[in-house]
Amino acid sequence: MEETKKIEVPVMAKVFANGQRPEYLFWVGCAGAFDDRYKKVARAFTKILEHFNISYAVLGKEETCTGDPARRAGNEMLYQMQALMNIETFGRYEVKKILTICPHCYNIFKNDYRDLGGNYEVMHYTQFLQKLIHEGILKIDSDLFKDKKITFHDPCYLGRANKEYHAPRAVLHAIPSHKVEMERHKSFALCCGAGGGQMFKEAEPGDKEVFIERTEEALRTGADIIATSCPFCMTMLTDGLKYKNKEEEIFNWDIAELVEKALGI
Amino acid sequence: MAKQILFIIALLITLGVFAYTIMRLWSFFKLTKPFPIRNYGKRIGLVLEIAFGQTKIFRRPVIGFLHAIVFWGFCVILLGSIEMVFDGVSGGEKSFYVAGFIYKFIFASGDVFAVLILIAIFIFIVRRLFFRIKRFMGSELSHKNHADAYVALSIIFLLMVSLLSMNVFYCAMHPTNLKGYYPVGIFLAGYFKDLNYESAHILYEISWWWHILLIFLFANILPYSKHFHVFLSIPNVFFSRLDPLGKLPNMDSITKEVKLMMNPETAFAAPDPNEAPPERFGVKDVEDITWKNYFDSLSCTQCGRCTSVCPANITGKKLSPRKIMMDVRARMKEKGPKLVKQGKDFSDSKALLKDYISLEEIWACTTCTACAQECPVNINQPTIIVDLRRYLVMEESSGPAGLNTIFNNITNNGAPWQFSPEDRMLWAEELYTK
Repeated sequence: MEETKKIEVPVMAKVFANGQRPEYLFWVGCAGAFDDRYKKVARAFTKILEHFNISYAVLGKEETCTGDPARRAGNEMLYQMQALMNIETFGRYEVKKILTICPHCYNIFKNDYRDLGGNYEVMHYTQFLQKLIHEGILKIDSDLFKDKKITFHDPCYLGRANKEYHAPRAVLHAIPSHKVEMERHKSFALCCGAGGGQMFKEAEPGDKEVFIERTEEALRTGADIIATSCPFCMTMLTDGLKYKNKEEEIFNWDIAELVEKALGI
Repeated sequence: MAKQILFIIALLITLGVFAYTIMRLWSFFKLTKPFPIRNYGKRIGLVLEIAFGQTKIFRRPVIGFLHAIVFWGFCVILLGSIEMVFDGVSGGEKSFYVAGFIYKFIFASGDVFAVLILIAIFIFIVRRLFFRIKRFMGSELSHKNHADAYVALSIIFLLMVSLLSMNVFYCAMHPTNLKGYYPVGIFLAGYFKDLNYESAHILYEISWWWHILLIFLFANILPYSKHFHVFLSIPNVFFSRLDPLGKLPNMDSITKEVKLMMNPETAFAAPDPNEAPPERFGVKDVEDITWKNYFDSLSCTQCGRCTSVCPANITGKKLSPRKIMMDVRARMKEKGPKLVKQGKDFSDSKALLKDYISLEEIWACTTCTACAQECPVNINQPTIIVDLRRYLVMEESSGPAGLNTIFNNITNNGAPWQFSPEDRMLWAEELYTK
């Protein structure tokens, strides 16, 4: 058996008290912390951070909702209370750079918090991984996915909302495998159906669920793996695969998990 | 001289009616909320790219190309129309001919563009009549909306026919000594070789008047039609929201309240009696929207590209971003004149929200911003949808049950789900790496 090492995820309050100033705040987000499926993604990304000796810390119990789902559902009051609380916490720990695994957290920190005085260098983890590739730090020569066909579903809040179509593709490109695009991709990509609070409510009456429409489109590519980079897209597309009885043959993995597996960490 | 007087009378009537229309719209704009405009340089860049470059129209390459032909053609032909007005007032003919080579180039292009536009418009009409284009079949489109499209297309068609016949008979009048160059005109004039100068001149005059009077008529129909976008699309692109599509506008009135609440010194203080009464949160009716929202609604030509990419609409939900824009315009048309006449307290016990836009539509939006991404004239539909939600949630405390649950959860445990903040680090336990 290979030797394994236990990871103690550094918590900001503790490292700060020890006089350390981690370069990045890793914002885990509600899904990373509480959603059983997405916890695996948070763990995968943590392993990547550890593997490359990145200076980071998480807020742990001091982390709270960004306010994004409240804001997009119309509850500006609740959003601003959350946002102002978070800005205060970030100030306390002198946070300058934030890494998120969720595009919704990424978007709200990067764009919306500015109006309330929160200015940070925010990176979605795919952008961070792209940076590591660019710097020659992240190199993948695994043939684990060599014969696999991967299609990528653009999350709205990374793609259209922030025009980042390249970073997730650059990371996938670094993993030896076949890539195939869905008919609607990049700025034309169809939403998974979870945004704007839809994740947490019943859908309005219609002919079809959005996630099924999108899953069918992903299946039409003939891909073996549907890669996502957003917790809500993952919930939707994994559900879609189950609905289509494809969950045994086709897998929905997050890009962080693909990198984790390819690195064998 | 008689021609000059007649022309000036026609021009004054046109300008008078147009001025009335603009004043009327201006009074509606004054009812709306502010939307600050900065960064003029960036805005000019956007106009060059999206309006003159037609970059967003080209997202549908084939039909987009046809539209671009019409747009670029209009830009060139407009210069000719300006000359016609100049000629009409001054009693001259081809007054801009002094521009020499540039004149020849522009008028030759206009001549060719007239034919290309004619072909494009013909395709548009045939396509509307005989092809089943899903985005032209939305339930929000009434017979009047469809008629509106055919009227505008027919007028443009007739404008191009009159422009060409003007050029043809001008060429027939002047087999030599032609002012300008008209490749199509000269070619077609070959069929009218037997025409004497007088007949050609009469036919030219008829075409000239036909063309200019139709322009005058068209200019005054447009503001009441969905084709108002002929005038407004370029300014609408100029006034675009410059923020990333993912960003929502901040509500400063809320920021003030939240900061007061979070500050222990002011949290329990009595409210300042001199303070202005708080304004309504969010959008309920047209007087709550920004002037840019209204400008968007006037610029919308109901092309339906937004609706055709809307995930909710694609999957059969009621939401149609195009309808939101149409509703804003229709509601302002209904309520605007009464608000202007009877003051801002006027009420007809109706509102944009619920009477025009139903809750079912509002709550079906995923805020994916595909509609705004697609709009060829940079209309932003999601912000107004969220503003309507803001009214519902903060003024009426009404929202779908699932959303009320997440509001409570976020308030109580800092996550949309009912998990204790104490469990925030469970994900990191027993984490091993090789």
